[in-house]
Amino acid sequence: MSAMSPVDVVVIGAGPAGLAAATTCAHHGLATVVYDEQPSPGGQVYRSVTASPLAKRDILGGEYLHGAELAALFRKSGARYVANATVWSVAAAGGSFEIAVSTGRHQAREARLAHARTVVVATGALERPFPIPGWTLPGAMTAGAAQALLKTAGLVPRGRLVLAGSGPLLWLVASQLLQAGVTAQALLDTTPRGRLAQALRFAPAFLRSPYFARGRDLVRAVRKRVRVVEYVEALAIEGSGAVGAVRYGTREREETLPADLVLLHQGVVPDVNLASAIGCGLAWDAVGACFAPVVDEWGGSTVPGVYITGDSAGVAGATAAEARGRLAALAIANAHGRIDGSARDRGAEGPRRALAHALRGRRFLDALYRPGDAFRIPEGATLACRCEEIASATIARVAREGCAGPNQMKTYTRCGMGPCQGRYCGLTVTEIIARETGRSPASVGWLRARFPVKPVSLGEIAALPVSAAARAAVERPE
Amino acid sequence: MFARLPDTAGAAVPVTIDGAAFVAREGDSVAAALFAFGLRACRTTALSGAPRAPFCMMGACHDCLVTIDGRANQQACLVLVAPGMSIATQHGAR
Repeated sequence: MSAMSPVDVVVIGAGPAGLAAATTCAHHGLATVVYDEQPSPGGQVYRSVTASPLAKRDILGGEYLHGAELAALFRKSGARYVANATVWSVAAAGGSFEIAVSTGRHQAREARLAHARTVVVATGALERPFPIPGWTLPGAMTAGAAQALLKTAGLVPRGRLVLAGSGPLLWLVASQLLQAGVTAQALLDTTPRGRLAQALRFAPAFLRSPYFARGRDLVRAVRKRVRVVEYVEALAIEGSGAVGAVRYGTREREETLPADLVLLHQGVVPDVNLASAIGCGLAWDAVGACFAPVVDEWGGSTVPGVYITGDSAGVAGATAAEARGRLAALAIANAHGRIDGSARDRGAEGPRRALAHALRGRRFLDALYRPGDAFRIPEGATLACRCEEIASATIARVAREGCAGPNQMKTYTRCGMGPCQGRYCGLTVTEIIARETGRSPASVGWLRARFPVKPVSLGEIAALPVSAAARAAVERPE
Repeated sequence: MFARLPDTAGAAVPVTIDGAAFVAREGDSVAAALFAFGLRACRTTALSGAPRAPFCMMGACHDCLVTIDGRANQQACLVLVAPGMSIATQHGAR
């Protein structure tokens, strides 16, 4: 237990946005600390970039290696890096913020309070929930999870592998695994019929974007080596105790593929839990079918002093995240009086150009890869909430009985109250309630996340310093 | 279900998994070590007793909870292996 001296800026997360924000803050003389839940910097996109055991890192692609440069600049910047650090509370306290963070090795986790004038939330994105029958069986995992095993441990799937879903990351992971020598039974593409037509209005920008040529080559390379089934409309994972098969249906046929491992992916969405718990405003993104925090052009949230940057402010990828991290840092340096407004704006020119370039074509991808309703808004016995094991039909029934929204749904069903704190059921719950009550997801809203935003032991909480006033409030007088 | 690429770097790290000796590699998360060991499920749920395995590998889903060195409910994907570490699958309560 200990209190730490206040710093200017606390950055939460060490992906491209967090690293860029912290590096730029430090360059402007701000005392900056980065808390990273992972054991080494890089976030998910550059995971283990400073510590990867892979002999042939080129199978991960040239863009992965850019993360090493970013991490090296960060290491030299003077910003302090704290690994294995889980931030579980951020509270406004008299013009600054009190941040509760657990650090240390697993045998001796210790909670501390840090204080900062400014907080940067750079907690990144999550793979969107993929609620289908059997998605909790051992042998079913996200495509991103398989990629993390490759990057961090050189582990690749063995046995009968099926990939299912949609989106750029699914194809990237497929291509990386193929390059690592893995064979796959099939890639079941759930991109709905008609999505391409809906996305065409964004096509001119996409064709001039960095994503077009890269995506085309990726898809071609995968198609050469794996059977791709298009327009999959139904998907179920079967097995008793573990994955044994994947059953899928298209308009034309139904087939059951024996499988040991199923990699699921249907896009990424911002991890909004910390922002929500701080009280930052969120808005529904109708094209992306997810919630994202409301931020200004610098990443400033609706709570003064709290900036949200990178994919946690809206999914746009690593290049955009890095640029947005720099922009937030420039605004912070200006707010702390380190640079004037014109220096901030001059400094912003480069990152704004990089951001515009990285955003070009994104809307096309968002529209094309918006998952079909059947894969976002489940029915029947399919588990909506993995933690509390709550069926979609239960959520639907409680919604029809008049449950006002996701917060009341927590009270009625415990959905969203398990250890993942709604990260893998929140969107599903919002959309089931919207479907059952004929409301828009925007009006249903996101479940209000509460502190602690990550499970923390009573021992860790009890070890926090307590003020004399707080102690007096609960002590019985002699 | 997972195999190690033959040229993967990293020093040997001896651990035990449910009492069995296993040699993990430096830099492995506990979850990676469990997959390399060949385990399919790492826990059963408290509610229905259903088996679960690591799902997201990034600290969000909490399906990888295991007991590490006697401490229950540790996120296997966030803790790195250390020499002599005792890892146990966990059943029921969390």
